[in-house]
Amino acid sequence: MRFTTSAIAVLALCNLSFSAHAQKTSVQSIEEYRAMLQDGNPADLFEAKGEGLWKQKRGPKNTSLEQCDLGKGPGVYKGAFLELPRYFSDTNKVQDLESRLLTCMETLQGFSAAAIAATPFGKGEQNNVTALATWISAESKDGKFALPQTHTREKIAYEVGKRLFFQRGGTHDFSCASCHGENGTRIRLQDLPNLTTNPGDGVGFAAWPAYRVSSGQMWGMQQRLNDCYRQQRFPYPGFGSDATIALGVYLGVNSGGSKSVAPAIKR
Amino acid sequence: MKRISTISLLCACALSFPALSQTTKMAGMPSASSNNTAVYDALTEDVIKSSFRSEASVSVDRVLKVDETNRACSAADVEGKPLSKKKAEAIQAENFKSIQWPSDGKYLGDWREGEKIAQSGRGLTWTDNPKTSNGGNCYNCHQIDKKEISFGTIGPSLYNYGKLRGVIDPKSAAAKPIVEYTWGKIWNSKAYNACSNMPRAGHMGILKEADIRHIVALLLDPQSPVNQ
Repeated sequence: MRFTTSAIAVLALCNLSFSAHAQKTSVQSIEEYRAMLQDGNPADLFEAKGEGLWKQKRGPKNTSLEQCDLGKGPGVYKGAFLELPRYFSDTNKVQDLESRLLTCMETLQGFSAAAIAATPFGKGEQNNVTALATWISAESKDGKFALPQTHTREKIAYEVGKRLFFQRGGTHDFSCASCHGENGTRIRLQDLPNLTTNPGDGVGFAAWPAYRVSSGQMWGMQQRLNDCYRQQRFPYPGFGSDATIALGVYLGVNSGGSKSVAPAIKR
Repeated sequence: MKRISTISLLCACALSFPALSQTTKMAGMPSASSNNTAVYDALTEDVIKSSFRSEASVSVDRVLKVDETNRACSAADVEGKPLSKKKAEAIQAENFKSIQWPSDGKYLGDWREGEKIAQSGRGLTWTDNPKTSNGGNCYNCHQIDKKEISFGTIGPSLYNYGKLRGVIDPKSAAAKPIVEYTWGKIWNSKAYNACSNMPRAGHMGILKEADIRHIVALLLDPQSPVNQ
């Protein structure tokens, strides 16, 4: 449990407000806090849980997920994360890791994919999907993204994702590009990656799933995109919806050749 | 007319990506042509319709009803090419017409209140209580009071905004053009820059008239920390 102590310390530091009245202290605290983030990652816990869930017989059919096809054949999980989202012929859809896990949980284990998709983040089976995604991403850590763009639907998903990325709307006219369309900008003190090009190793798409220190939660890419849309003042994107998957294709293809650091740790 | 029938056929397929096999048969494999751009645009609209839903006080109309400003600017962003001068000017003129000038002729409120509004990023997400006042989100993108070190850099620094523009007395005739511009920019940023990243705070109902008065004061009042 080496990370427990540091996690608590980090959480304590979180409560330090970035007050204008104590500039020096604030700057020092922020630097310390960032350094401590590198100390230990509670994502390890979720990883271990995910590996257990993969092998455990569960669901109405009392079956494990060990025959789940994540794109590289039944049961192959190493490297699968680096090629997702991709097209799957059995569902005739482009799917990301999380929506593909729902397919396997339905076909192999007998769960209802629609019911899990409708479950809020952090509740019930959604927690298991997050843990599974954390472990599967960890099995590809330091590998390079290589999303396939050979199937026509994969190409369409990229083009749709690109349009969604630049889609201005809501009360604030925000698009993804409002915050992630330029190099070297920040929201408050938070550095923003430019996601219209390849942002490099372990940045943007290549850093999720991640453990969020500020909320004490493990988030998959679906939740990351969901929260982006929330902050954009957009309506609610469905879990595993075509919009979130197409965006994943756009971001993932743009990150081609960059190293995955998932599961990462974030402020 | 063949192109139009392809698009309507694609639209008719409610299930987004599965529409693809039709595309392949009828239009050939996608290549970077204007023909395919229209097909991708139509597919994107279908995806938006099938993917988003209303949640709490946030209506799905926020993505289903798109005004010409956002439509044209999004399309220009996708293309990676700015709007033509003519189109940009038309959008700016349209947005300028929508600006509501202060009902009582008073442009300046209290800069202290303005600072609070500038600090707040609350409001209009599906997790916000719709009864609480909306913030301006100003510090998210702008430097304003120099004492606040936590500021964003998407927009330009507004530190010394009034001072740099030579505003000594914001109530003077000499200051009037700057005062009006500042009001108009906050009410509807797109009246001055068609595809600005800045929200249209008054136009979209994010901030009320009284809030905008306070922010104008934060930027232009000689007593405001912005102008120290």
